[in-house]
Amino acid sequence: MGAPKKSAARVSVSEDHDELVRVPLQAILLADSFTTKFRPITLERPKVLLPLVNVPMINYTLTWLESAGVEEVFVFCCAHSKQVINYLEKSEWLSQPNFTVTTIESQNSVSAGDALRVIYERNVIQGDFVLISGDTVSNMSLTQALLEHKERKKKDSKAVMTMVIKRSKTNPAIHQSRLGTDEIFMAIDPNTKQLLYYEDKADYSKGTLHLENSLLADNPSLSLHHDKQDCYIDICSPEVLSLFTDNFDYQHLRRHFVKGLLVDDIMGYQIFVHEIRSDYAARIDNFRSYDTVSKDIIHRWTYPLVPDIMNIGNTATKLERQGIYRGSEISQSQSAVIGPFTVIGSGTKIGNNTKILKSVVGEGCKIGSNVLIEGCYIWDNVTIEDGCKLRHAIVCDGVIMKSGSVLEPGVVLSFKVVVGQGFVVPAYSHVSLLQQPIEEDSDEELEYADSTSAITSTVDKTDGVIASKVLDTHFIPASELGFGGVGYVWPKCEGGHEEEWRHSVAPITEDKILEAVKAMEDELELIHDGKNLPLSGELIPNSNDDSDDDDNDDSRDDFDKEVEATFLRAVHENIQENHLTLEVNSLKLSYNKIAADCAGALFYAMMKYAVDMPHSSADSLVQNVEAILTKWKKVLTSYLNDMDEQIEVILKFEEMCLESAKEYAPLFTKILHYMYNEDIIEEDAILSWEDEKKDADESDRVFVKQAQKLIQWLKEAPEEDDDEDE
Amino acid sequence: MDFQVVVLAGGVSKKLLPLVSKELPKALLPVANRPVLSYVVELLELSNLKDLIVVVEGEDAALNVGAWISGAYADRLHVEVAAVPEDVGTAGAIRAIARHLYAKDILVVSGDLVSDVPIGAVAATHRRHDAVVTALLCNAPISGPLESVSSGGKDKTKKPGRYDLIGLDPTKQFLLHIATGAEVEKDLRIQKSILRAVGQIEIRADLMDAHLYAFKRSVLLEVLEQKGAFNSLKHDVLPYLVRSQLKSEVLLNGIPQAEENGSEKVISQSNQQMLSQILANASEPTFHLRHTLNTNGSDSVRRTHKCCVYIAGSSKYCARLNSIQAYNDINRDVIGEASHLSGYSFSAHNNIIHPTAELGAKTTVGPHCMLGEGSQMGDKCSVKRSVIGRHCRIGANVKVVNSVVMNHVTIGDCCSIQGSVICSNVQLQERAILKDCQVGAGFVVTAGSECKGEVLAKKWN
Repeated sequence: MGAPKKSAARVSVSEDHDELVRVPLQAILLADSFTTKFRPITLERPKVLLPLVNVPMINYTLTWLESAGVEEVFVFCCAHSKQVINYLEKSEWLSQPNFTVTTIESQNSVSAGDALRVIYERNVIQGDFVLISGDTVSNMSLTQALLEHKERKKKDSKAVMTMVIKRSKTNPAIHQSRLGTDEIFMAIDPNTKQLLYYEDKADYSKGTLHLENSLLADNPSLSLHHDKQDCYIDICSPEVLSLFTDNFDYQHLRRHFVKGLLVDDIMGYQIFVHEIRSDYAARIDNFRSYDTVSKDIIHRWTYPLVPDIMNIGNTATKLERQGIYRGSEISQSQSAVIGPFTVIGSGTKIGNNTKILKSVVGEGCKIGSNVLIEGCYIWDNVTIEDGCKLRHAIVCDGVIMKSGSVLEPGVVLSFKVVVGQGFVVPAYSHVSLLQQPIEEDSDEELEYADSTSAITSTVDKTDGVIASKVLDTHFIPASELGFGGVGYVWPKCEGGHEEEWRHSVAPITEDKILEAVKAMEDELELIHDGKNLPLSGELIPNSNDDSDDDDNDDSRDDFDKEVEATFLRAVHENIQENHLTLEVNSLKLSYNKIAADCAGALFYAMMKYAVDMPHSSADSLVQNVEAILTKWKKVLTSYLNDMDEQIEVILKFEEMCLESAKEYAPLFTKILHYMYNEDIIEEDAILSWEDEKKDADESDRVFVKQAQKLIQWLKEAPEEDDDEDE
Repeated sequence: MDFQVVVLAGGVSKKLLPLVSKELPKALLPVANRPVLSYVVELLELSNLKDLIVVVEGEDAALNVGAWISGAYADRLHVEVAAVPEDVGTAGAIRAIARHLYAKDILVVSGDLVSDVPIGAVAATHRRHDAVVTALLCNAPISGPLESVSSGGKDKTKKPGRYDLIGLDPTKQFLLHIATGAEVEKDLRIQKSILRAVGQIEIRADLMDAHLYAFKRSVLLEVLEQKGAFNSLKHDVLPYLVRSQLKSEVLLNGIPQAEENGSEKVISQSNQQMLSQILANASEPTFHLRHTLNTNGSDSVRRTHKCCVYIAGSSKYCARLNSIQAYNDINRDVIGEASHLSGYSFSAHNNIIHPTAELGAKTTVGPHCMLGEGSQMGDKCSVKRSVIGRHCRIGANVKVVNSVVMNHVTIGDCCSIQGSVICSNVQLQERAILKDCQVGAGFVVTAGSECKGEVLAKKWN
């Protein structure tokens, strides 16, 4: 299946090479992140249309693609595809000269892999393309990266992808970058820039990074990075699409595709990286990166993608001193304070003594008096009544906050939620008019809710009416948000929500950091226990033997338990001796054991039973033992044909005396003698046992000493026998 | 300088049999007609390090080494020779002489190092960073004799040998990871905590640990005391220190108390400020410091220690005489590429012929050759890229190429020696042909014998 495609790809490469046909630079823009990180907001509106500093995200991506020289963009729409398509149709994007935007709709793709497979089937990609997600903000120049990619490709057709990375220090304590993304470990060849190792979703429990030795086989050096951020901008060759089609189980771009290429070494395909230094590139992956990127835009790191230049939509935004951006027709009270690095959308009204600090306020909002807004993202047409306090929250379109209500850090209010009078929304709450969907576990990665999208997709200006309507239909949720409130507070039961502070817009609190630092220290502790890293000189040589021993121990334990259970059953159910023998024999076969093991296990079971039986004194314990041994002697002796097996029994007995049944310790000789008398253990076995222990440690010889008298007697006895014979 | 130098001169290395013996321990093996130990000693002398302890394995070997040192350096250096039992390992050797160590820092050098790296620079690096250990790294040599490649003899596809895997920080000052010995062939295991703290680790397979370390004495002795199982400085002590650098278990009694208290105060003050820096993901000059400051509260100060490296420049020569191959290579280099090491002045023909040496008619001694005192050569001989020791008698029509001939060797007429090592007092009868052989001291090679890649030595009883 792969062969014809490959040859097709080659043809296109050679065309490229000859430059007979000039292939326009194409891009695939995934207008769906295939995650649920922006829920509950994304239940009602696709992520790419969420406003980022008052401009829907997809505009940043498209603007950049256009400026970077991309000529043709395929926008892949999945969740809320109608909304995305409608938006694009209304916007100017579909009518740009020299920049074609085509939408591709698919209702049943659940991952980036599916999306790329759909695009492959459409057969629209002709040459190298830029793969990007619609939530990426960048101002980097593609020229250099493209050139590098093409030159590598010319030399080696296996270089199919160039990943854009950027330096960004990850906080070692909380294992995440300022974008709120997980730490990434990468290994890169410093000379060729080939990506050799990629690990996101790091396993924190493992203190070491495991790199295969073969990575260093061809390279004299490689650099490991923890300080790089993946920008999720990839320059791909057409082979990437066919690779996704050939490997139909690839879903995730990084976790499956990149890993697959690096680990499984599929047909020798290689991935390279391009590091940008002064340019900006970041993907909005979660609420924290939403916060971070918004701030970067306001601080103009993304120039020219800044509010006063972008001017998407009909209203102009002006930049004032101290980084304050204002839309037109803002009515602001004289006593209201707007702090630095704040954006106010046009048509917004701000009341007396209200303070807005480091926040973004959308268009047409009504903010009352004595309101405090700090570090918040307030979208369009939000009504905030007098005396409200909002800190580090995201407030979606049409929300109404009744007077005196408070949002604690990290709150997300989805569309048209109403917060009741004086109600305090607890930190990190997610509130929506829609109930939290019950996870159907297979769809976890899916940001898809078309059943609900229809209801709320139309933005109505008369919020109040809708709100009251909703209020009528939903009586119960009203209580969740105080008097007059509307909306469900989503329970925090989802696995990822335990650590919401990681991904929320609220700054990370000090105690969390201290906690993390503590954890980091514990981790270091762990490493130095030597469990993860055996000391080179001390442990490594034995490690293999150890593991083998462990295996044996485990199965022996199982076997012992099984035999013991069988024995007890035999005792309680009065099973005949030969039946017990039969059962033990079958166990012996199934566990691949020898007679000595059976003898040891059986003996152990008997002695254990004896000691578990009620007994008042040592004497009665001996009596118990004698009774049991007499009764089951036949079974036991059937495994004691050989001296080795008898020695095994003695050793087992010794072990019991030392560990599991110390009560036997003083009775060792007595019971041993009894067993000798009963012909369970023969004289030779006892003597060779003693012989075996001759060189053992003092501690090991306790019982030999105890049995010294018996041994002495045994040693003397044969001589007498001999005498008699003579 | 407040440095004490310990030269680990080894004993009778098994790897170098049959070249070495109790009479001629490894330290005294001649490299360009000088004992290999003299290279290290003189290198140390250049850096004004004159207070040495030379540790030799085995009493007999120690006596021999001691005798040579007192003869050669009695007037210039203060050298003590200590004998330790054989096979105690490098760590054991230090343990054995621990009570003689008093200086703040200890420089541990392998006695088989032939190098021109300024040791003073290593010591200075150590001091500058206040490190617990500083290791000298040099470029891993390309294994395989270069000359034989050019003479078209051997396979040319030899890769640079891999000796150690070394992890460095981007500034190439700190040692963050080291895998030596058998670990080199295994998969890499990098501690994430260190990578997190530093951000970037460069893993290098083309560097070699030259077995020259500067240790903080208190730390070295403490580690050796606590970890009784540690056998080797290179394989155990150094990796241990590298591994534990962010969570130091040493230095507990090492640092003077006053200094400790002082720094603790500073730390608790800057704690608050540090926290805000973490919040802002700010970067700091050294990761050790940063890591130290990330403590929770002022009660426990996380201890870190620094493991530093000094990387020798690529123009510097650095090799260890630890195999027969290395012996050949070093001899070749010292009279060839790295001729400044030999300490001799070369003639116009780029060779050294002792004035007392006698050459027969039509005998040629090519460049990169050395002919020792009182040696005689017959007619029509040819010597290329070889070292010939003192008082050798070489007959007519003899070819010596790429070889080392030690002292008092007798070579009969028409012999041919290629790529071989001939030890002292060997007798080669006429027409013997040796290629890539090692001939042990006192051996007699019978006339006309032809050997290739063999070890010829007297049977040990």
